[in-house]
Amino acid sequence: MTRGPAWMLRRIAFYVLIAVLLAFFAIPMLWLASAPFDTKPGLGIRWPDWTTGNITATFRHPYALTSLVNSLVLCLIATAVTTAFATLAAYALSRVRIPGRDLLLYLLLLLSSVVTGTAAMVPIFVMMFQLGLINSQFGTALVISGGMLPAAIFILKDFMDAVPRSYEESARVFGASSRQVLAHVVLPVSRPGIATILVWAFVNAWGNFLLPFLLLRDVSQQPAAVLLRTLQDEGGSANLTVIPVFSLLYSIPVVVLYLVVNKRYGFRFHGGIKGG
Amino acid sequence: MPAAEPEVVLEREVPAPQRNRRAGSRAAATDAAGLGRARAVGFVAPALVLIGVFLVFPALWTIYIGVTDYQLTGAAAAAPKVVGLANFLSALNDGLFHNAVWLTVLFVLGSAVIGQNLLGFALAWLLRGVRPWLRRTVESMVLLSWILPSTVVAYLWFAVLDRNGGTLNALLGTPGTAWLVTYPMASLIVFNTWRGTAFSMLLYTSALAAVPPSQLETARLVGASGWQTVRDVVFPHIRGHVLTNTLLISLWTANDFTPFLLTAGGPNHASETLPVFIYRQALEGGQLGYASAVSLLLLLGNLLVALVYLRLLRRRG
Repeated sequence: MTRGPAWMLRRIAFYVLIAVLLAFFAIPMLWLASAPFDTKPGLGIRWPDWTTGNITATFRHPYALTSLVNSLVLCLIATAVTTAFATLAAYALSRVRIPGRDLLLYLLLLLSSVVTGTAAMVPIFVMMFQLGLINSQFGTALVISGGMLPAAIFILKDFMDAVPRSYEESARVFGASSRQVLAHVVLPVSRPGIATILVWAFVNAWGNFLLPFLLLRDVSQQPAAVLLRTLQDEGGSANLTVIPVFSLLYSIPVVVLYLVVNKRYGFRFHGGIKGG
Repeated sequence: MPAAEPEVVLEREVPAPQRNRRAGSRAAATDAAGLGRARAVGFVAPALVLIGVFLVFPALWTIYIGVTDYQLTGAAAAAPKVVGLANFLSALNDGLFHNAVWLTVLFVLGSAVIGQNLLGFALAWLLRGVRPWLRRTVESMVLLSWILPSTVVAYLWFAVLDRNGGTLNALLGTPGTAWLVTYPMASLIVFNTWRGTAFSMLLYTSALAAVPPSQLETARLVGASGWQTVRDVVFPHIRGHVLTNTLLISLWTANDFTPFLLTAGGPNHASETLPVFIYRQALEGGQLGYASAVSLLLLLGNLLVALVYLRLLRRRG
C-alpha cells in the first residue's frame, strides 16, 4: 500500500487536532500546578518563582483548615447516610415484591433528574430557615443526602439485581438466619457496588457548592467549597496568596479518588456535581 | 453486558436502564434471604423519609410559595398572602425573566447540544485510533475537568480569561481584553463545553463500541471519507444514544449553577441564566414568592425532558 503525501498531511492534521484538543483541556489546569508555588501568584500562568510562602500563609489563614475539616464532616455524614440508606433500600427493592414497587422505582428515577438543587433552592432554603436549621452542618448534610439518594438507590438496585440469589439460598439451606445472610453473604458480595456509591457520594458532596452556600451562612461552619468563593472578595480583592494553595489542597481528595478508581476499575464513576 | 449501554455509572444516570425489565424483576423478586415484606418496607423507609422531606416536599411546596407574595424580610415575610397567579403574570411581563430564559436557551444550545455533544463525539471518534498512552492522557484531562470541584474550576477559568495576564490574552496577543465582561455568554459557553464534555465522551465511547467493525471496514474499502462514514455507518447505530445524551446534558446544563461562580449573572444581567436569576431574585432581591414561581417553571421544564427521556429508555429496553 502506497502512502503518499496526502496521507502524510492527513496524519499531521490529525495529530495537530489531537494536540489542540489536549491543550484546550490541559491549559486551564496548569494554573493549579504553578500558582500555588509562585512568589507572586496571579490570575494567569507563568513559570513559578518557587516559594513555599503561600503554603505557610494558607495554613495560617484563620478559616482555611477549619473549612477543610467542615468539608470532611459534611461529606462523611452525607456519604454515610446516603450509602447506608441506599444499600438497605436497594436490597429490599431488588429482592422483595413490595406493593407498588415498580411505580416507586419509576418515581425515584424521575425525581433524581427533575428536582435539582437549583430548581428547589427556594423551598429548601425556606424550609431550613423555618426549621431553624440554617448553619446546621448536620441539616445541610441531610439535604445533600436527600438529593443523592434516588440516583444512589437506582444504581445500587441495578447492581444487586445482577448478584445471583443462589448464595443467599444456600446460606438459608444451611440454616443461616436472615440477619446472618445479610451480614455474611449479601454485604460482602455487594461490596463493589457499595464502594462505587461511596466514592460517587463522597465526590458529589465534596464538590457541592450551592446547598452549603445557601444553608451555611456562618463562616466557621462553611466547607471549603464556600470558603474558596468567599476568598475571592475578602477585603475587596481576591486573596491570591491563599487561593491557589487552598484550591490545590481542596482538590487533592477528588484527584486521589479519581486515580484510585481509575486504577482499580477503569473509569466507572462520576464525580463533580453540577449545580447541586 | 450489552455493549450498547454506557459502562460508566454516571451522574444521575441509571447504568443499565431497565434492561430486561420484566424478566429481571420477576427473577430478582425472589426473597432469598427471607426478609419478608414488613422488614423490606422497614429497609426502604429511611431512604423514602429523607427523599420525601428534602426532595418531594420542597418540590410540592414550590407550588404553594409560588402563589404567595412571600418575601425574605418585611411584612410579607411574617404573613405571606396568597396572590394567585400574580407571580406568573409578572414573570410574563418581566424583561429580566425573558432575558434569563433566552440566555438559558443559548447556554444549553451552545454548550450542551452543540459544544459537549460534538466535542464528546469527536473525542470518542478520534481517540479510537491513537496509541493507548496518548488516549489515556487526553481522557484523563477531559475527566479531570469534569470532576474537579466547581469553585476550583471557576478560578482555573479566571486565570484563563483574566484581563491582566490571563492565559488566553497571552496566547492570542490581546492584552487587556476582559473576556468575562465583554463576552460573558460566549465565555460561559466555552467554559461549560470544557467542563462537561467528559460525559458525552464516555457515553459515545461505549456507543461506538457497538458499531460492527465489519461495516466500518466496508466503508473504508469503498473509499468513504471520515464524514461519510460517520453519517452513513456510525450515526444510524448511535442515534438513540445521541438523543438520550442530548436530553440529559441539556437538563443538567439548564440547571447548572456554575455560571454564578464565574460571572454571578453580570455584567448587568448579561449572563444571568435561570438558576442565577432564581438565586438573585430569592436571596438578593428577597422575592421568595416570585422566585418560587420561576422555579416551578424550571421544574416543569425538567419534568418534560425527564418524561421524554424515560419514555425513550423504556422503548429501547
